[in-house]
Amino acid sequence: MTVNPNFTSAAYLISAVLFIFSLKGLASPTSARLGNTLGMVGMAIAVITTFFVGHNLITTLIAGAVVLGAIVGTVAAKRVQMTKMPELVALMHSFVGLSAVLIAIAAVFNTAESHTSVQRIELFIGAFIGAITFTASVVAFGKLSGKFGSKPLVFKGQHLLNLVLALLMLGFGILFYLQDNQSAFLIMCAFALVLGITLIVPIGGADMPVVVSMLNSYSGWAAAGIGFTLNNSVLIIAGACVGSSGAILSYIMCKAMNRSIIAVMLGGFGAEAAIDTAGGAQKAVKSGSADDVAFLMGNADTVIIVPGYGLAVSRAQHALQELTTKLIAKGVNVKYAIHPVAGRMPGHMNVLLAEADVPYEQVVEMEDVNNEFGQTDVVFVIGANDVVNPAAKKPGSAIYGMPILEAYKAKTIIVNKRSMAAGYAGLDNELFYLDKTMMVFGDAKHVVESIVKAID
Amino acid sequence: MTDLLTMQNITIFVLAIFVGYHVVWTVTPALHTPLMSVTNAISGIVIVGAMLQTVTIDATTLNLTSILGAIAVFLTSINIFGGFLVTRRMLEMFKKKEPKVKEASH
Repeated sequence: MTVNPNFTSAAYLISAVLFIFSLKGLASPTSARLGNTLGMVGMAIAVITTFFVGHNLITTLIAGAVVLGAIVGTVAAKRVQMTKMPELVALMHSFVGLSAVLIAIAAVFNTAESHTSVQRIELFIGAFIGAITFTASVVAFGKLSGKFGSKPLVFKGQHLLNLVLALLMLGFGILFYLQDNQSAFLIMCAFALVLGITLIVPIGGADMPVVVSMLNSYSGWAAAGIGFTLNNSVLIIAGACVGSSGAILSYIMCKAMNRSIIAVMLGGFGAEAAIDTAGGAQKAVKSGSADDVAFLMGNADTVIIVPGYGLAVSRAQHALQELTTKLIAKGVNVKYAIHPVAGRMPGHMNVLLAEADVPYEQVVEMEDVNNEFGQTDVVFVIGANDVVNPAAKKPGSAIYGMPILEAYKAKTIIVNKRSMAAGYAGLDNELFYLDKTMMVFGDAKHVVESIVKAID
Repeated sequence: MTDLLTMQNITIFVLAIFVGYHVVWTVTPALHTPLMSVTNAISGIVIVGAMLQTVTIDATTLNLTSILGAIAVFLTSINIFGGFLVTRRMLEMFKKKEPKVKEASH
């Protein structure tokens, strides 16, 4: 079944434009839903068009695979908990990577096709980016879900090993290019798969938001690479957009942690800093009860809540929303201040709060809220640590230069933590020892529920 | 011919990076997680490549190429359906707010 190629090209162009609109829609929560629908339409157009483009397609096999994938995907989308979004996203990156590898291998072993030297370069690029994306995403998934330890794995000669693997991969890629040798292609893929693992193991849990964003970018470049081999514009356009999107998110995450992308890639962050923890816990802190917090908050004019990932771990979002509602009813001005790396992936905390029905007007970003802390009566830091650590302002500190939420400027600071344990960066936090700081120890959900009760 | 085609592809590629770059900077930080899940779905576009490999070769239906192609179709379908649907689920959460606010503030 073949149709005029001008017609199919136009259809692919329409679907590429719809994809761009679906990204553009995300500029505001109101236009985002329409954007998402346009993306779905774009994908449907691309898939239908492909049935008219391909020769000898096995329609039943394709339809069967799509139905199976649709079932798995739909169930996953319905069931996944919002706290587990980073894992789901990492897993989906791995699927794109694996698919790119499978498609490239399928093409190399397709006896009905012969490949020009240019196409062989394109196959090589698509396959190796896909392979690295695949195994790196699997390791990232394992680290995020706690299946593998999140501690960075650092050993001597690590970078040399990566260099050797990369050179071997390149060597076999060149052999494939020169001789159209199928075995060389497979060996090249194998080295790329190993390289994906060795590149990611030295990167610690704290840098995971960057890694997830980076793999998002890679998955886009892998798609674009496959687009080059197929001379398919929609793959190239969609891949390039996804690739730049992931790159921008990586940049934003790096800036929010004051880390360079190179430093993240080289890894090891959080490993050496762990020693700091032991010495710091001696100083005295002032601790208080839920009743004290209820009193302070109930009498305040302005309250800023700084949520961190600890909040999500203890599922305290709903209780916190209840607390906010009560405070607002008492005439207190309440805001949530979000640090870009508050969750495990870009924008994660916003989604977690949205899930708990916190209106997005109450949620403010770091840059917009930082000059307000000075006039704020009570700051309630819940499950966050490094993002409010004033050590970031001190030269010589491991997190020096990292932009923080300036909670220390507020009149009273209340910090809820389970214990005095250090944050991801392994640093002590002097905010906890200030005279105006009150520590409330205990599980976030339990503490917030007690405050809600006490506020009546 | 191939070289001309490759140059055209590179042109499209570079221009698309610029488009993506400018569009993504307009995305509000609050929606960065949905941005990631929707780009997950969009990268499912490699399904096109997977479909084009799910082909009969020399009248044989099940060959290495078609099997690998079908597996890739399966995986990318998970991405497409999972990605768009989970994005929709998240965006719904950002919507529900309006009535809640009124309820809370009266």
